[in-house]
Amino acid sequence: MEHYMMNLTLKVWRQKNTSDSGRFETYPVKNISSEMSFLEMIDVLNEELISEGKDPIAFDHDCREGICGACSMYINGRPHGPWHANTTCQLHMRAYKDGDTVVIEPWRANSFPVIKDLVVDRSAFDRIIQAGGYISVNTGNAVDANAIAINKDNADAAFAAAACIGCGACVAACKNSSALLFVSAKVSHLALLPQGNPERKTRAMNMVAQMDKEGFGACTNTGACEAVCPKEISIENIARLNREYMMAGAASDK
Amino acid sequence: MGSTVVIRIAEIGLFLGIFLHIIQGLMLEFQNRSKRKKGYAVPMGNKGSKWYSRSMGLLGTILLLFFILHWWHFWVPARFIGHPELTELEINGVHMHNMYNLMQYTFQELWVVIAYVVACISLCWHLIHGFQSAFRTVGVSNAKYNSLIQNVGIGYSIIISLAFAMMPVSMYLGWV
Repeated sequence: MEHYMMNLTLKVWRQKNTSDSGRFETYPVKNISSEMSFLEMIDVLNEELISEGKDPIAFDHDCREGICGACSMYINGRPHGPWHANTTCQLHMRAYKDGDTVVIEPWRANSFPVIKDLVVDRSAFDRIIQAGGYISVNTGNAVDANAIAINKDNADAAFAAAACIGCGACVAACKNSSALLFVSAKVSHLALLPQGNPERKTRAMNMVAQMDKEGFGACTNTGACEAVCPKEISIENIARLNREYMMAGAASDK
Repeated sequence: MGSTVVIRIAEIGLFLGIFLHIIQGLMLEFQNRSKRKKGYAVPMGNKGSKWYSRSMGLLGTILLLFFILHWWHFWVPARFIGHPELTELEINGVHMHNMYNLMQYTFQELWVVIAYVVACISLCWHLIHGFQSAFRTVGVSNAKYNSLIQNVGIGYSIIISLAFAMMPVSMYLGWV
């Protein structure tokens, strides 16, 4: 791909802290290489802001390899930017051309309060995992990895669901701020495997209860979550969670 | 048909169902809207979802307004207050309302026909999303049945809406 340089106009959401009302700031960025990553472009801008004695833009990032789920920008009306099955850190500037205006917002949901600028608090996801995203294992020596026979289709479906990195793009994209794609991926990942069986009923019930407690909205099957998911988690998982939840509710022991 | 007891019982069920659906639907819509107090400057729009799947509240509200009009045109006159055009008939010794005559009268007004057609178009989009979404909600969704559910849903939505729309349209244009 041909290398080129570009000048862009960024409109970035700036917010001092959770209680600040926040506003957009416009920044011209010059001489950006098409081979840079999107976050490197923000790094360049931040270097300039620091040299001018201004507050750099706060944003979440960690691995910058598309696997940790830390980055979280809503770019020009789409979580993680324009590319399919992609995280913000793996978005590259060849997606843009000279003169483009790029609007960058944080994830928007009551359950994801803004901490600063583009950084939001996603600890609600951690609490949902704590409510049921685990299995019981025996202590002692590690058992042979293949000791339990698992149907290949189930193993593949569980693996596909386990690919969820918990970035929260599903919540950011959903008009209802629903976390159901995330919760359903985590429930499916364990419900499809024999290791997940001991907590199968309580897992579906408890994780959904925690999700509601955290203030996420309800799913209306629009499919926006699936379309923006960097790991292509399927909404088939949501139907599976609905099944798990109904069966667990009908057969509840308490 | 309205003179049999089955229709009267079905009417009660239908009213209970529709009111439950309206109340639950509106509650869901307002609850979901309240989950994002601060919205986006650049909306996501159609990047990932169909407009009608996001507009069930709007489409449902159009249908509710239509129902009020529809009940006022037919159900209220037939069941309670009567209407000069609602003549009576006797077929095989059974005394009944001539609803056909009332329909012929009502659907001579162009604005009424347009309102009914707009409602049928809303119904079509409402059902196209609602049909397959209902299956997903009860957990029926897999690669084997999804295209079947999708296509049956689209066919059902179009046929039902078209058949309803044909009543005012055909009467206005004098086809029947």
